[in-house]
Amino acid sequence: MIFRHPVFWLTLIFAGLMIWLPMHGNDVSLREDLILVAIAIVLASNLNLMIGYTGYVNFGHIVFYGLGGYVGLYLATVKGWNLVLSALLAGVFVSLCALIFGLGILRLRGAYFALATIGILQAVQSLVSNFDPWGRSTGLYVSFDAYQPLGGARRALWIAYILVIVVMALSMILSLAIKISKFGLGLFAIREDEDAAVVLGVNATVYKAIIYSVSAFLPAVAGALMFYKNGMIDPSIAFEFMLSLEGIVMLMLGGKGTVIGAALGGGLYEKLRSYLLTSPKLSNFHLVIAGGLLLVVVLFAPGGLIGWFYRLLPGSEKVIE
Amino acid sequence: MSGLLEVNGVTKRFGGLVAVSDVTFRLSEGEILGLIGPNGAGKTTLFNMVNGVYKLDKGTIYFAGKDITNRPPNEVVHLGIARTHQIVKPLYGMTVLENVTVGACFGRDYLKLKPSRKVAMEVLERVGLGDRANNSARSLTIAHKKRLEVARALAARPELLLLDEVLAGLNPTEVEMMIGMVRSIRDSGISVLMIEHLMQAIMTLSDRIVVLNLGAKLAEGRPQEVVQDPQVVEAYLGFPDIVDKLRGVQ
Repeated sequence: MIFRHPVFWLTLIFAGLMIWLPMHGNDVSLREDLILVAIAIVLASNLNLMIGYTGYVNFGHIVFYGLGGYVGLYLATVKGWNLVLSALLAGVFVSLCALIFGLGILRLRGAYFALATIGILQAVQSLVSNFDPWGRSTGLYVSFDAYQPLGGARRALWIAYILVIVVMALSMILSLAIKISKFGLGLFAIREDEDAAVVLGVNATVYKAIIYSVSAFLPAVAGALMFYKNGMIDPSIAFEFMLSLEGIVMLMLGGKGTVIGAALGGGLYEKLRSYLLTSPKLSNFHLVIAGGLLLVVVLFAPGGLIGWFYRLLPGSEKVIE
Repeated sequence: MSGLLEVNGVTKRFGGLVAVSDVTFRLSEGEILGLIGPNGAGKTTLFNMVNGVYKLDKGTIYFAGKDITNRPPNEVVHLGIARTHQIVKPLYGMTVLENVTVGACFGRDYLKLKPSRKVAMEVLERVGLGDRANNSARSLTIAHKKRLEVARALAARPELLLLDEVLAGLNPTEVEMMIGMVRSIRDSGISVLMIEHLMQAIMTLSDRIVVLNLGAKLAEGRPQEVVQDPQVVEAYLGFPDIVDKLRGVQ
Protein backbone atom coordinates (compact mmCIF):
# COMPACT_ATOMS: atom_id res chain seq x y z
CA MET A 1 0.00 0.00 0.00
CA ILE A 2 1.10 3.51 -0.80
CA PHE A 3 0.31 4.76 2.72
CA ARG A 4 3.03 2.54 4.10
CA HIS A 5 5.59 4.14 1.86
CA PRO A 6 7.99 6.65 3.45
CA VAL A 7 8.02 8.79 0.30
CA PHE A 8 4.27 9.31 0.65
CA TRP A 9 4.66 10.79 4.13
CA LEU A 10 7.76 12.71 3.08
CA THR A 11 5.71 14.33 0.32
CA LEU A 12 2.95 15.33 2.73
CA ILE A 13 5.43 16.84 5.19
CA PHE A 14 7.18 18.68 2.38
CA ALA A 15 3.89 20.06 1.03
CA GLY A 16 2.82 21.05 4.55
CA LEU A 17 6.06 22.99 5.03
CA MET A 18 5.67 24.68 1.66
CA ILE A 19 2.25 25.95 2.74
CA TRP A 20 3.16 26.77 6.32
CA LEU A 21 6.43 28.64 5.72
CA PRO A 22 5.11 31.60 3.72
CA MET A 23 1.67 31.67 5.35
CA HIS A 24 2.85 31.86 8.90
CA GLY A 25 4.68 35.14 8.38
CA ASN A 26 2.37 36.24 5.54
CA ASP A 27 5.56 36.42 3.46
CA VAL A 28 4.44 37.21 -0.08
CA SER A 29 7.91 37.26 -1.60
CA LEU A 30 8.71 33.82 -0.18
CA ARG A 31 5.40 32.63 -1.57
CA GLU A 32 6.32 33.87 -5.04
CA ASP A 33 9.65 32.04 -4.78
CA LEU A 34 8.10 28.81 -3.61
CA ILE A 35 5.32 28.78 -6.18
CA LEU A 36 7.97 28.66 -8.91
CA VAL A 37 9.68 25.79 -7.10
CA ALA A 38 6.36 23.98 -6.87
CA ILE A 39 5.64 24.50 -10.57
CA ALA A 40 9.11 23.20 -11.43
CA ILE A 41 8.43 20.10 -9.35
CA VAL A 42 5.07 19.56 -11.06
CA LEU A 43 6.67 19.82 -14.49
CA ALA A 44 9.69 17.65 -13.68
CA SER A 45 7.63 14.97 -11.91
CA ASN A 46 5.17 14.60 -14.75
CA LEU A 47 7.87 14.73 -17.39
CA ASN A 48 9.52 11.94 -15.42
CA LEU A 49 6.53 9.70 -16.16
CA MET A 50 7.46 9.87 -19.84
CA ILE A 51 11.25 10.14 -19.80
CA GLY A 52 12.14 8.35 -16.60
CA TYR A 53 9.46 5.66 -16.51
CA THR A 54 8.62 4.97 -20.15
CA GLY A 55 11.83 6.04 -21.90
CA TYR A 56 10.16 8.47 -24.29
CA VAL A 57 11.76 11.91 -24.39
CA ASN A 58 9.14 14.64 -24.55
CA PHE A 59 10.67 17.95 -25.62
CA GLY A 60 7.30 19.67 -25.80
CA HIS A 61 5.99 18.86 -22.36
CA ILE A 62 5.33 22.55 -21.67
CA VAL A 63 2.46 22.48 -24.17
CA PHE A 64 0.29 20.82 -21.52
CA TYR A 65 1.06 23.55 -19.02
CA GLY A 66 0.37 26.36 -21.47
CA LEU A 67 -2.77 24.85 -22.94
CA GLY A 68 -4.07 24.14 -19.43
CA GLY A 69 -3.35 27.77 -18.56
CA TYR A 70 -5.40 28.99 -21.49
CA VAL A 71 -8.37 26.71 -20.92
CA GLY A 72 -8.38 27.38 -17.18
CA LEU A 73 -8.05 31.12 -17.53
CA TYR A 74 -10.73 31.25 -20.19
CA LEU A 75 -13.20 29.31 -18.06
CA ALA A 76 -12.37 31.11 -14.81
CA THR A 77 -12.40 34.66 -16.16
CA VAL A 78 -14.31 34.93 -19.43
CA LYS A 79 -16.91 32.36 -18.36
CA GLY A 80 -16.65 33.22 -14.68
CA TRP A 81 -16.60 29.60 -13.48
CA ASN A 82 -15.23 28.40 -10.18
CA LEU A 83 -11.40 28.27 -10.13
CA VAL A 84 -11.04 24.66 -8.99
CA LEU A 85 -13.63 23.47 -11.49
CA SER A 86 -11.96 25.45 -14.28
CA ALA A 87 -8.54 24.04 -13.44
CA LEU A 88 -9.86 20.48 -13.31
CA LEU A 89 -11.68 20.89 -16.61
CA ALA A 90 -8.50 22.30 -18.12
CA GLY A 91 -6.71 19.16 -16.93
CA VAL A 92 -9.34 16.86 -18.42
CA PHE A 93 -9.41 18.74 -21.72
CA VAL A 94 -5.63 18.76 -22.09
CA SER A 95 -5.41 15.06 -21.14
CA LEU A 96 -7.90 14.23 -23.85
CA CYS A 97 -5.91 16.29 -26.36
CA ALA A 98 -2.77 14.45 -25.26
CA LEU A 99 -4.51 11.11 -25.76
CA ILE A 100 -5.33 12.09 -29.34
CA PHE A 101 -1.82 13.47 -30.04
CA GLY A 102 -0.33 10.43 -28.36
CA LEU A 103 -2.17 7.87 -30.47
CA GLY A 104 -0.62 9.62 -33.46
CA ILE A 105 2.95 10.30 -32.43
CA LEU A 106 3.57 7.39 -30.07
CA ARG A 107 4.07 5.17 -33.09
CA LEU A 108 7.39 6.93 -33.44
CA ARG A 109 10.38 5.97 -31.38
CA GLY A 110 13.56 7.59 -30.13
CA ALA A 111 14.63 10.83 -31.78
CA TYR A 112 11.61 10.81 -34.12
CA PHE A 113 9.21 10.87 -31.21
CA ALA A 114 11.19 13.67 -29.57
CA LEU A 115 11.03 15.71 -32.78
CA ALA A 116 7.29 15.14 -33.09
CA THR A 117 6.75 16.49 -29.57
CA ILE A 118 8.46 19.74 -30.60
CA GLY A 119 6.18 19.82 -33.62
CA ILE A 120 3.12 19.52 -31.40
CA LEU A 121 4.33 22.36 -29.21
CA GLN A 122 4.87 24.62 -32.22
CA ALA A 123 1.57 23.65 -33.82
CA VAL A 124 -0.45 24.35 -30.68
CA GLN A 125 1.36 27.63 -30.14
CA SER A 126 0.58 28.75 -33.70
CA LEU A 127 -3.02 27.68 -33.35
CA VAL A 128 -3.49 29.58 -30.09
CA SER A 129 -1.71 32.65 -31.51
CA ASN A 130 -4.41 32.82 -34.15
CA PHE A 131 -7.39 31.88 -32.00
CA ASP A 132 -9.73 34.84 -31.56
CA PRO A 133 -11.58 33.85 -28.36
CA TRP A 134 -8.20 33.54 -26.63
CA GLY A 135 -7.02 36.96 -27.74
CA ARG A 136 -4.60 35.80 -30.43
CA SER A 137 -1.02 36.88 -29.73
CA THR A 138 -1.97 39.39 -27.04
CA GLY A 139 -3.48 36.67 -24.88
CA LEU A 140 -5.95 36.88 -22.03
CA TYR A 141 -6.02 39.08 -18.94
CA VAL A 142 -7.72 38.39 -15.66
CA SER A 143 -10.00 41.25 -14.76
CA PHE A 144 -9.93 42.23 -11.13
CA ASP A 145 -13.54 41.08 -10.73
CA ALA A 146 -12.50 37.53 -11.44
CA TYR A 147 -10.82 37.40 -8.03
CA GLN A 148 -14.00 38.50 -6.24
CA PRO A 149 -15.61 35.05 -5.85
CA LEU A 150 -12.56 34.01 -3.81
CA GLY A 151 -12.79 37.06 -1.54
CA GLY A 152 -10.63 39.56 -3.36
CA ALA A 153 -7.25 39.43 -5.02
CA ARG A 154 -5.13 39.08 -1.88
CA ARG A 155 -7.00 36.04 -0.69
CA ALA A 156 -7.37 34.57 -4.20
CA LEU A 157 -3.60 34.54 -4.68
CA TRP A 158 -3.08 32.63 -1.47
CA ILE A 159 -5.76 30.15 -2.47
CA ALA A 160 -4.11 29.70 -5.85
CA TYR A 161 -0.79 29.15 -4.11
CA ILE A 162 -2.17 26.47 -1.80
CA LEU A 163 -3.82 24.76 -4.75
CA VAL A 164 -0.52 24.72 -6.66
CA ILE A 165 1.16 23.10 -3.66
CA VAL A 166 -1.63 20.51 -3.59
CA VAL A 167 -1.03 19.80 -7.28
CA MET A 168 2.69 19.48 -6.54
CA ALA A 169 2.02 16.95 -3.78
CA LEU A 170 -0.39 15.07 -6.04
CA SER A 171 2.27 14.95 -8.78
CA MET A 172 4.74 13.30 -6.45
CA ILE A 173 2.15 10.90 -5.04
CA LEU A 174 1.02 10.01 -8.57
CA SER A 175 4.64 9.28 -9.52
CA LEU A 176 5.01 7.07 -6.47
CA ALA A 177 1.71 5.28 -7.03
CA ILE A 178 2.63 4.49 -10.63
CA LYS A 179 6.15 3.44 -9.70
CA ILE A 180 4.98 0.78 -7.24
CA SER A 181 2.11 -0.48 -9.42
CA LYS A 182 1.76 -3.12 -12.07
CA PHE A 183 1.15 -0.34 -14.58
CA GLY A 184 4.55 1.09 -13.62
CA LEU A 185 6.21 -2.29 -14.10
CA GLY A 186 4.78 -2.42 -17.60
CA LEU A 187 6.12 1.07 -18.33
CA PHE A 188 9.59 0.13 -17.07
CA ALA A 189 9.53 -2.92 -19.32
CA ILE A 190 8.70 -0.65 -22.28
CA ARG A 191 11.55 1.66 -21.28
CA GLU A 192 14.07 -1.17 -21.17
CA ASP A 193 13.06 -2.90 -24.39
CA GLU A 194 9.73 -2.19 -26.01
CA ASP A 195 9.78 -5.18 -28.35
CA ALA A 196 10.59 -7.57 -25.52
CA ALA A 197 7.87 -5.98 -23.38
CA VAL A 198 5.25 -6.57 -26.06
CA VAL A 199 6.32 -10.20 -26.44
CA LEU A 200 5.99 -10.56 -22.66
CA GLY A 201 2.38 -9.38 -22.95
CA VAL A 202 2.53 -5.65 -22.26
CA ASN A 203 0.11 -3.72 -24.45
CA ALA A 204 2.65 -1.02 -25.23
CA THR A 205 0.38 1.02 -27.51
CA VAL A 206 -2.26 1.48 -24.83
CA TYR A 207 0.24 1.92 -22.00
CA LYS A 208 2.14 4.64 -23.81
CA ALA A 209 -1.03 6.50 -24.77
CA ILE A 210 -2.30 6.36 -21.18
CA ILE A 211 0.93 7.59 -19.61
CA TYR A 212 1.29 10.38 -22.17
CA SER A 213 -2.23 11.49 -21.34
CA VAL A 214 -1.73 11.12 -17.58
CA SER A 215 1.52 13.12 -17.73
CA ALA A 216 -0.51 15.99 -19.23
CA PHE A 217 -3.17 16.24 -16.52
CA LEU A 218 -1.46 17.80 -13.49
CA PRO A 219 0.77 20.19 -15.50
CA ALA A 220 -2.41 21.47 -17.17
CA VAL A 221 -4.12 21.97 -13.80
CA ALA A 222 -1.00 23.70 -12.48
CA GLY A 223 -0.90 25.91 -15.59
CA ALA A 224 -4.50 26.98 -15.05
CA LEU A 225 -3.77 27.91 -11.43
CA MET A 226 -0.46 29.61 -12.14
CA PHE A 227 -1.69 31.81 -14.97
CA TYR A 228 -4.77 32.68 -12.96
CA LYS A 229 -2.47 33.81 -10.17
CA ASN A 230 -0.27 35.75 -12.62
CA GLY A 231 -3.35 37.45 -14.00
CA MET A 232 -2.42 37.08 -17.64
CA ILE A 233 -1.33 34.66 -20.34
CA ASP A 234 -0.02 35.01 -23.88
CA PRO A 235 1.33 32.44 -26.34
CA SER A 236 5.00 33.25 -25.84
CA ILE A 237 4.98 32.76 -22.07
CA ALA A 238 2.49 29.89 -22.11
CA PHE A 239 4.45 27.79 -24.59
CA GLU A 240 8.00 28.74 -23.71
CA PHE A 241 10.21 26.16 -25.41
CA MET A 242 13.14 26.98 -23.13
CA LEU A 243 11.13 26.01 -20.08
CA SER A 244 10.36 22.72 -21.78
CA LEU A 245 14.07 22.06 -22.24
CA GLU A 246 14.84 23.16 -18.70
CA GLY A 247 12.35 20.57 -17.50
CA ILE A 248 14.65 17.92 -18.97
CA VAL A 249 17.66 19.48 -17.22
CA MET A 250 15.76 19.39 -13.91
CA LEU A 251 14.95 15.75 -14.37
CA MET A 252 18.46 14.70 -15.31
CA LEU A 253 19.94 16.76 -12.49
CA GLY A 254 17.78 15.13 -9.84
CA GLY A 255 17.77 11.64 -11.32
CA LYS A 256 15.23 10.37 -13.83
CA GLY A 257 13.01 7.45 -12.97
CA THR A 258 12.76 8.31 -9.30
CA VAL A 259 10.06 10.26 -7.44
CA ILE A 260 12.41 12.14 -5.12
CA GLY A 261 14.98 12.74 -7.87
CA ALA A 262 12.49 14.51 -10.11
CA ALA A 263 11.28 16.70 -7.24
CA LEU A 264 14.79 17.43 -6.01
CA GLY A 265 16.01 18.35 -9.49
CA GLY A 266 12.97 20.55 -10.13
CA GLY A 267 13.34 22.39 -6.85
CA LEU A 268 17.10 22.86 -6.97
CA TYR A 269 17.24 23.90 -10.58
CA GLU A 270 14.48 26.45 -10.05
CA LYS A 271 16.36 28.00 -7.12
CA LEU A 272 19.54 28.18 -9.18
CA ARG A 273 17.67 29.62 -12.14
CA SER A 274 15.97 32.36 -10.17
CA TYR A 275 19.28 33.27 -8.57
CA LEU A 276 20.95 33.56 -11.96
CA LEU A 277 18.02 35.39 -13.52
CA THR A 278 17.97 38.04 -10.81
CA SER A 279 21.71 38.43 -10.49
CA PRO A 280 22.63 41.51 -12.58
CA LYS A 281 25.88 40.08 -13.91
CA LEU A 282 24.52 36.70 -14.92
CA SER A 283 21.18 37.67 -16.39
CA ASN A 284 20.16 35.35 -19.22
CA PHE A 285 23.28 33.35 -18.57
CA HIS A 286 21.21 30.62 -16.95
CA LEU A 287 20.72 28.73 -20.19
CA VAL A 288 24.47 28.43 -20.63
CA ILE A 289 24.68 27.06 -17.12
CA ALA A 290 21.75 24.74 -17.79
CA GLY A 291 23.48 23.35 -20.87
CA GLY A 292 26.74 22.86 -19.01
CA LEU A 293 24.95 21.24 -16.11
CA LEU A 294 23.14 18.82 -18.41
CA LEU A 295 26.42 17.88 -20.05
CA VAL A 296 28.15 17.25 -16.73
CA VAL A 297 25.26 15.21 -15.36
CA VAL A 298 24.89 13.06 -18.47
CA LEU A 299 28.64 12.41 -18.68
CA PHE A 300 29.59 11.92 -15.06
CA ALA A 301 26.43 11.16 -13.09
CA PRO A 302 23.79 9.66 -15.38
CA GLY A 303 21.75 8.75 -12.32
CA GLY A 304 21.63 12.40 -11.22
CA LEU A 305 21.80 13.50 -7.60
CA ILE A 306 19.65 10.64 -6.44
CA GLY A 307 21.81 8.11 -8.29
CA TRP A 308 24.83 9.52 -6.51
CA PHE A 309 22.96 9.20 -3.22
CA TYR A 310 22.08 5.56 -3.95
CA ARG A 311 25.73 4.81 -4.53
CA LEU A 312 26.64 6.55 -1.30
CA LEU A 313 24.06 4.54 0.63
CA PRO A 314 23.54 1.16 -1.04
CA GLY A 315 20.08 -0.20 -0.37
CA SER A 316 18.56 3.25 -0.01
CA GLU A 317 16.91 2.88 -3.44
CA LYS A 318 14.45 0.45 -1.87
CA VAL A 319 13.21 3.10 0.57
CA ILE A 320 13.66 6.38 -1.32
CA GLU A 321 11.85 5.66 -4.56
CA MET B 1 -6.07 -34.70 -36.67
CA SER B 2 -6.49 -31.47 -34.79
CA GLY B 3 -3.57 -30.13 -32.87
CA LEU B 4 -2.86 -27.54 -30.20
CA LEU B 5 -1.13 -25.41 -32.81
CA GLU B 6 -2.12 -25.56 -36.45
CA VAL B 7 -0.05 -23.65 -38.96
CA ASN B 8 -1.69 -23.69 -42.39
CA GLY B 9 0.12 -22.56 -45.51
CA VAL B 10 1.81 -19.52 -43.99
CA THR B 11 3.90 -17.26 -46.18
CA LYS B 12 6.04 -14.26 -45.34
CA ARG B 13 7.81 -12.00 -47.81
CA PHE B 14 10.32 -9.28 -47.10
CA GLY B 15 10.38 -7.25 -50.29
CA GLY B 16 11.43 -9.72 -52.96
CA LEU B 17 12.68 -12.31 -50.51
CA VAL B 18 10.27 -15.08 -49.58
CA ALA B 19 11.41 -15.91 -46.04
CA VAL B 20 8.73 -18.49 -45.37
CA SER B 21 6.74 -20.07 -48.14
CA ASP B 22 3.53 -22.04 -47.72
CA VAL B 23 4.54 -23.92 -44.57
CA THR B 24 2.01 -26.22 -42.91
CA PHE B 25 2.44 -28.28 -39.75
CA ARG B 26 0.64 -29.28 -36.60
CA LEU B 27 1.73 -29.63 -33.02
CA SER B 28 -0.25 -31.92 -30.71
CA GLU B 29 -0.80 -31.32 -27.05
CA GLY B 30 2.07 -32.51 -24.85
CA GLU B 31 4.45 -32.79 -27.77
CA ILE B 32 7.98 -31.49 -28.19
CA LEU B 33 8.24 -30.50 -31.82
CA GLY B 34 11.68 -29.65 -33.15
CA LEU B 35 12.12 -27.09 -35.89
CA ILE B 36 15.45 -27.42 -37.72
CA GLY B 37 17.03 -26.18 -40.88
CA PRO B 38 20.17 -24.47 -42.14
CA ASN B 39 20.79 -20.81 -41.37
CA GLY B 40 18.31 -18.56 -43.12
CA ALA B 41 15.75 -21.33 -43.52
CA GLY B 42 13.04 -19.15 -41.96
CA LYS B 43 12.77 -20.77 -38.53
CA THR B 44 12.82 -17.60 -36.46
CA THR B 45 10.58 -15.87 -39.00
CA LEU B 46 8.08 -18.67 -38.46
CA PHE B 47 8.25 -18.08 -34.70
CA ASN B 48 7.69 -14.40 -35.25
CA MET B 49 4.58 -15.20 -37.26
CA VAL B 50 3.19 -17.59 -34.66
CA ASN B 51 3.55 -15.09 -31.82
CA GLY B 52 2.40 -12.14 -33.87
CA VAL B 53 5.58 -10.10 -34.27
CA TYR B 54 5.25 -10.37 -38.07
CA LYS B 55 2.06 -10.14 -40.05
CA LEU B 56 1.38 -13.03 -42.40
CA ASP B 57 1.19 -12.52 -46.14
CA LYS B 58 -0.82 -15.69 -46.54
CA GLY B 59 -2.11 -18.59 -44.46
CA THR B 60 -3.72 -19.04 -41.06
CA ILE B 61 -2.60 -20.03 -37.58
CA TYR B 62 -4.93 -21.68 -35.06
CA PHE B 63 -4.13 -22.20 -31.41
CA ALA B 64 -6.35 -24.40 -29.24
CA GLY B 65 -9.08 -24.06 -31.84
CA LYS B 66 -8.89 -20.25 -31.94
CA ASP B 67 -7.78 -18.24 -34.93
CA ILE B 68 -4.70 -16.29 -33.82
CA THR B 69 -3.60 -15.19 -37.30
CA ASN B 70 -2.07 -11.70 -37.09
CA ARG B 71 -2.98 -11.19 -33.43
CA PRO B 72 -0.45 -8.85 -31.78
CA PRO B 73 2.19 -10.50 -29.55
CA ASN B 74 0.73 -9.22 -26.28
CA GLU B 75 -2.61 -10.90 -27.07
CA VAL B 76 -0.94 -14.12 -28.13
CA VAL B 77 0.69 -14.34 -24.69
CA HIS B 78 -2.70 -13.98 -23.00
CA LEU B 79 -4.00 -16.84 -25.10
CA GLY B 80 -1.20 -19.07 -23.82
CA ILE B 81 1.83 -18.95 -26.12
CA ALA B 82 5.07 -17.68 -24.60
CA ARG B 83 8.45 -17.50 -26.30
CA THR B 84 12.14 -16.96 -25.77
CA HIS B 85 14.47 -15.05 -28.07
CA GLN B 86 17.49 -16.42 -29.85
CA ILE B 87 19.30 -13.18 -29.11
CA VAL B 88 18.43 -12.76 -25.45
CA LYS B 89 16.45 -9.66 -24.58
CA PRO B 90 16.67 -9.10 -20.85
CA LEU B 91 15.25 -5.87 -19.47
CA TYR B 92 18.69 -4.71 -18.46
CA GLY B 93 17.82 -1.93 -16.05
CA MET B 94 15.75 -4.27 -13.91
CA THR B 95 16.56 -7.09 -11.53
CA VAL B 96 16.22 -10.74 -12.48
CA LEU B 97 13.12 -11.02 -10.29
CA GLU B 98 11.52 -7.95 -11.87
CA ASN B 99 12.18 -9.38 -15.32
CA VAL B 100 10.33 -12.55 -14.50
CA THR B 101 7.61 -10.63 -12.64
CA VAL B 102 6.85 -8.80 -15.90
CA GLY B 103 6.33 -12.19 -17.52
CA ALA B 104 3.92 -13.28 -14.80
CA CYS B 105 2.08 -9.95 -14.57
CA PHE B 106 1.28 -9.72 -18.25
CA GLY B 107 1.14 -13.44 -19.02
CA ARG B 108 -1.83 -15.69 -19.60
CA ASP B 109 -3.52 -15.07 -16.26
CA TYR B 110 -2.75 -11.34 -16.10
CA LEU B 111 -1.84 -11.72 -12.43
CA LYS B 112 -1.66 -8.86 -9.94
CA LEU B 113 1.74 -7.63 -8.79
CA LYS B 114 1.96 -9.57 -5.54
CA PRO B 115 1.00 -13.03 -6.82
CA SER B 116 3.23 -12.33 -9.83
CA ARG B 117 6.25 -11.92 -7.59
CA LYS B 118 5.42 -15.23 -5.96
CA VAL B 119 5.09 -17.02 -9.30
CA ALA B 120 8.29 -15.35 -10.49
CA MET B 121 10.20 -16.55 -7.45
CA GLU B 122 8.92 -20.12 -7.93
CA VAL B 123 9.93 -20.11 -11.57
CA LEU B 124 13.37 -18.71 -10.74
CA GLU B 125 13.92 -21.52 -8.25
CA ARG B 126 12.84 -23.99 -10.89
CA VAL B 127 15.35 -22.79 -13.48
CA GLY B 128 18.10 -22.46 -10.89
CA LEU B 129 18.29 -18.67 -10.73
CA GLY B 130 16.77 -18.34 -7.27
CA ASP B 131 19.94 -17.02 -5.72
CA ARG B 132 20.27 -14.36 -8.44
CA ALA B 133 16.77 -12.93 -8.00
CA ASN B 134 17.94 -9.54 -6.80
CA ASN B 135 20.90 -9.20 -9.14
CA SER B 136 20.70 -6.85 -12.07
CA ALA B 137 19.82 -8.66 -15.31
CA ARG B 138 22.89 -7.02 -16.81
CA SER B 139 25.20 -8.94 -14.51
CA LEU B 140 24.16 -12.42 -15.68
CA THR B 141 26.34 -14.71 -17.78
CA ILE B 142 25.03 -15.77 -21.18
CA ALA B 143 23.94 -19.16 -19.84
CA HIS B 144 22.02 -17.45 -17.06
CA LYS B 145 20.50 -14.96 -19.49
CA LYS B 146 19.18 -17.91 -21.51
CA ARG B 147 17.66 -19.35 -18.37
CA LEU B 148 16.16 -15.95 -17.61
CA GLU B 149 14.51 -15.97 -21.04
CA VAL B 150 13.01 -19.37 -20.27
CA ALA B 151 11.96 -18.24 -16.78
CA ARG B 152 10.20 -15.15 -18.11
CA ALA B 153 8.33 -17.23 -20.65
CA LEU B 154 7.38 -19.86 -18.06
CA ALA B 155 6.14 -17.20 -15.66
CA ALA B 156 3.44 -16.40 -18.21
CA ARG B 157 2.09 -19.92 -17.49
CA PRO B 158 1.78 -20.82 -21.18
CA GLU B 159 0.21 -23.89 -22.73
CA LEU B 160 2.74 -23.71 -25.53
CA LEU B 161 6.32 -22.59 -25.21
CA LEU B 162 8.36 -21.46 -28.20
CA LEU B 163 12.07 -21.93 -27.54
CA ASP B 164 14.41 -20.22 -29.99
CA GLU B 165 17.90 -21.76 -29.74
CA VAL B 166 18.09 -21.93 -25.97
CA LEU B 167 21.10 -24.24 -26.23
CA ALA B 168 23.24 -22.08 -28.51
CA GLY B 169 26.37 -20.76 -26.84
CA LEU B 170 26.14 -23.04 -23.82
CA ASN B 171 28.90 -25.38 -22.66
CA PRO B 172 28.19 -29.15 -22.45
CA THR B 173 27.21 -29.08 -18.76
CA GLU B 174 24.87 -26.18 -19.33
CA VAL B 175 23.39 -27.93 -22.37
CA GLU B 176 22.77 -31.02 -20.25
CA MET B 177 21.03 -28.94 -17.62
CA MET B 178 18.90 -27.09 -20.19
CA ILE B 179 17.84 -30.37 -21.85
CA GLY B 180 16.67 -31.60 -18.47
CA MET B 181 14.77 -28.38 -18.00
CA VAL B 182 12.98 -28.65 -21.34
CA ARG B 183 11.96 -32.22 -20.46
CA SER B 184 10.62 -31.18 -17.10
CA ILE B 185 8.70 -28.33 -18.73
CA ARG B 186 7.01 -30.80 -21.05
CA ASP B 187 6.33 -33.16 -18.18
CA SER B 188 4.57 -30.34 -16.36
CA GLY B 189 2.06 -30.26 -19.20
CA ILE B 190 3.44 -27.52 -21.46
CA SER B 191 3.85 -28.32 -25.13
CA VAL B 192 7.10 -27.16 -26.70
CA LEU B 193 8.03 -25.96 -30.16
CA MET B 194 11.80 -25.53 -30.34
CA ILE B 195 14.32 -24.27 -32.84
CA GLU B 196 17.70 -25.83 -32.35
CA HIS B 197 20.93 -26.28 -34.23
CA LEU B 198 22.43 -28.73 -31.79
CA MET B 199 21.41 -31.94 -33.59
CA GLN B 200 22.19 -34.32 -30.79
CA ALA B 201 19.97 -32.40 -28.40
CA ILE B 202 17.06 -31.99 -30.76
CA MET B 203 17.24 -35.67 -31.73
CA THR B 204 16.93 -36.82 -28.16
CA LEU B 205 14.36 -34.22 -27.08
CA SER B 206 11.91 -34.03 -29.97
CA ASP B 207 8.96 -36.31 -30.50
CA ARG B 208 8.79 -35.11 -34.07
CA ILE B 209 10.85 -32.78 -36.23
CA VAL B 210 9.94 -30.33 -38.99
CA VAL B 211 12.75 -29.42 -41.36
CA LEU B 212 12.75 -26.07 -43.15
CA ASN B 213 15.01 -25.15 -46.02
CA LEU B 214 14.97 -21.85 -47.94
CA GLY B 215 11.63 -20.98 -46.36
CA ALA B 216 9.81 -24.16 -47.37
CA LYS B 217 9.03 -27.31 -45.44
CA LEU B 218 11.42 -30.02 -46.56
CA ALA B 219 10.49 -32.92 -44.34
CA GLU B 220 8.52 -33.86 -41.25
CA GLY B 221 8.55 -36.93 -39.05
CA ARG B 222 10.25 -38.80 -36.24
CA PRO B 223 13.85 -37.74 -35.60
CA GLN B 224 15.31 -40.99 -36.97
CA GLU B 225 13.27 -40.81 -40.17
CA VAL B 226 14.10 -37.18 -40.76
CA VAL B 227 17.87 -37.49 -40.51
CA GLN B 228 17.88 -40.33 -42.99
CA ASP B 229 15.85 -38.35 -45.51
CA PRO B 230 18.22 -37.73 -48.46
CA GLN B 231 16.72 -34.30 -49.06
CA VAL B 232 17.51 -33.25 -45.51
CA VAL B 233 21.03 -34.53 -45.77
CA GLU B 234 21.45 -32.61 -49.00
CA ALA B 235 20.14 -29.41 -47.48
CA TYR B 236 22.59 -29.67 -44.63
CA LEU B 237 25.65 -31.16 -46.23
CA GLY B 238 25.42 -30.30 -49.90
CA PHE B 239 24.83 -33.64 -51.63
CA PRO B 240 22.59 -36.55 -50.68
CA ASP B 241 24.95 -39.51 -50.89
CA ILE B 242 27.60 -37.97 -48.65
CA VAL B 243 26.65 -40.29 -45.84
CA ASP B 244 27.37 -43.34 -47.96
CA LYS B 245 30.54 -41.81 -49.26
CA LEU B 246 31.73 -41.09 -45.75
CA ARG B 247 30.93 -44.67 -44.83
CA GLY B 248 32.95 -45.81 -47.82
CA VAL B 249 35.92 -43.84 -46.63
CA GLN B 250 35.72 -45.57 -43.28
